[in-house]
Amino acid sequence: MATHEEIKFLNSPKIGLQRKKYCRFKKSGIKHIDYKDPQFLFKFINDQGKLLPRRLTGNSLKFQRKISQAVKKARHLAILPYVTDLLK
Amino acid sequence: MSNYETVFITTPVLSNDEYTRTVKKYTDLVEKNGGTLVQKEDWGIRQLAYPIQKKTTGFYTLLQFEADPQFIKKFEVEFKRDESIMRFLTSKFDKHGLAYAQQRRDKLNGKPRKTEA
Repeated sequence: MATHEEIKFLNSPKIGLQRKKYCRFKKSGIKHIDYKDPQFLFKFINDQGKLLPRRLTGNSLKFQRKISQAVKKARHLAILPYVTDLLK
Repeated sequence: MSNYETVFITTPVLSNDEYTRTVKKYTDLVEKNGGTLVQKEDWGIRQLAYPIQKKTTGFYTLLQFEADPQFIKKFEVEFKRDESIMRFLTSKFDKHGLAYAQQRRDKLNGKPRKTEA
């Protein structure tokens, strides 16, 4: 019987594995999301200025809501655009 | 007495002293009605993300103050009445927001952080 070492896989078995997603706010202990600095909020919007869904950002529900509130406030104050292309 | 933070944008058409006069009008309004002004920040002229009233730049000002809730209604009516203000947003501070603002103020005013002091 071919032992484990001798079996040659076409590609490494690690490819299918999905990295464990974590909420960056719980991990780094950020408590308050400031709507005034756009650099931080850019991480959560795509290049059309739309909010990224939770399954992509990996945020917990509590912080995803805070992020969406902050982005909407920033949009109101014209710090972030409502819709654009090639934002970043 | 709860903590509030107001950011408002004034039209760039104003001359400098008119701009300071309007900002002073609002700070005096807070002081007169028993509020205490905690922080005033001028971000100067900034590019707007989208044109407001056909203008693409505006003076941004941040006011952080402590006032009682009934005052906010009067405060916002004043903003609405003033046509040199293009946009304003008043938001209430929660516990974490207040701590964050305190930290930001220390950093801005150059005070060393508590840990290093």
